[in-house]
Amino acid sequence: MAIAETPGHHSRIVQLSKSPTGIDGFDQVAGGGLPAGRPTLVCGGAGCGKTLFAISFLVHGATRFDEPGVFMSFDESGDELAQNVASLGFDLPGLVEKKKLVLDHVKIERREIEETGDYDLEGLFVRLGYAIDSIGARRVVLDTIESLFAGLANQSILRAELRRLFRWLKDRGVTAMITGERGEGTLTRQGLEEYVSDAVIVLDHRVTEQISTRRLRIVKYRGSAHGTNEYPFLIDEDGLSVLPVTSIGLTHDASSERISTGVARLDMMLGGRGYFRGSTILVSGTAGAGKSSLAAHFLDAACRRGERCLAFVFEESPQQVVRNMRSIGIDLQRWVERGLLEFHAARPSLHGLEMHLSRMHRAIDRFQPSVVVLDPVSSLLRVAQQTDVQATLTPASRTAGPSTSRPTWRSRRSWTPGSC
Amino acid sequence: MAVPSAETQILRLYIAGQTPRSIKAFANLKKICEDHLIGKYQIEVIDLIQNPQLAAGDQILAVPTLVRRLPEPVRRIIGDLSHTDRVLVGLDIRPAS
Repeated sequence: MAIAETPGHHSRIVQLSKSPTGIDGFDQVAGGGLPAGRPTLVCGGAGCGKTLFAISFLVHGATRFDEPGVFMSFDESGDELAQNVASLGFDLPGLVEKKKLVLDHVKIERREIEETGDYDLEGLFVRLGYAIDSIGARRVVLDTIESLFAGLANQSILRAELRRLFRWLKDRGVTAMITGERGEGTLTRQGLEEYVSDAVIVLDHRVTEQISTRRLRIVKYRGSAHGTNEYPFLIDEDGLSVLPVTSIGLTHDASSERISTGVARLDMMLGGRGYFRGSTILVSGTAGAGKSSLAAHFLDAACRRGERCLAFVFEESPQQVVRNMRSIGIDLQRWVERGLLEFHAARPSLHGLEMHLSRMHRAIDRFQPSVVVLDPVSSLLRVAQQTDVQATLTPASRTAGPSTSRPTWRSRRSWTPGSC
Repeated sequence: MAVPSAETQILRLYIAGQTPRSIKAFANLKKICEDHLIGKYQIEVIDLIQNPQLAAGDQILAVPTLVRRLPEPVRRIIGDLSHTDRVLVGLDIRPAS
């Protein structure tokens, strides 16, 4: 076979362009977003967050990237959807009014439909095409198209038409997201992955030892590099965010500034000047060895310098910590009252690991402390696997900026995290 | 056209362009109506290529789709209407066997 050199040959070597989802962390993992102008399949079991993922993609597209979108729902009505996401601050009716969004609820009742001979789904194409044209949509969501299989009897027509639909979406150049229910042994119940071959994202919601964790994984992304790990993600009052903890580099700055440990003799032992600012200190020892006391000294010293401190405690209430430390002559209450010290107490089993991490992130972002204490970090092992704790906590201490010094201390079990 | 009585079937046939399938569906429908509903039907043909905005209102997905708007309940019959028996069942002209 001969390959002719066309004049435009070199200019054809272009990187796949991306359509950002605006979902915190996801675009980072996906190298910028979803493949622009192509369909992406998002699959997972019931309640795993598919619809919210899809809605976020459209709402962010409309509000932040000037890309209007069409949401074609095969399950929930437009009103139901709007209500479900209103608590996240997504104003669907407002976007519809501004012609940034079209919500079309495709209702199919098997009972009402009699099938009499040959047909195709051109009606669906016309409907979708009209919705796209009415607002100049650049994004389309089909949620969950598999519901069609329950509504129509002739599966072979349906399969042929879906194949044509995905081809048609591609030809229209819209960035499409198709959601599918996870099947037994297949990614989707109806094998939609056969038709959507550009990018496949799997969402998972699992409960291990009664603690729930949500995970996201990019199974396939044709023409693009992407993170292949399973990333924890969470859904809270701010919407959906992915925590690409395992993809964070080791390129943070290292300060050579030293800060006091709060214990003069320990400062002496550490070259006379204490810990490096921005470093992570692991304090390990059995129960009663004095780990919490060492941390209290460190907090006290930082507050005396006028620096802000955050303490995450997992086994005691703030009042307990304050009372206990008073017995060794440290008054933490006055720092709390002056707004320099803030305690965040939560039982480890209250949330999964990523929820703990996210709350820490938020607290740190809001309070902007220069010292953070986790007491004891080993408590988190009770809610997650050791590898998860290592993966989650290690970068957490790196991303908050080089000015943070956080001694992490733990109890009872020896544990050696790679980079703490 | 006669004023529709309570008995009259108000039928809408949705098609997408003059395809062989839509022509066949219309011919089948016309024949069924002439054979079973003489003088008691109205047929309106809607071409979605010309009126795409009408697809969502009647929940059209497949074409051809025959919608019986009256009498209630609304019925949807999809396909080229070549299975006469099923069309008759769908229009409540013949009870389901």
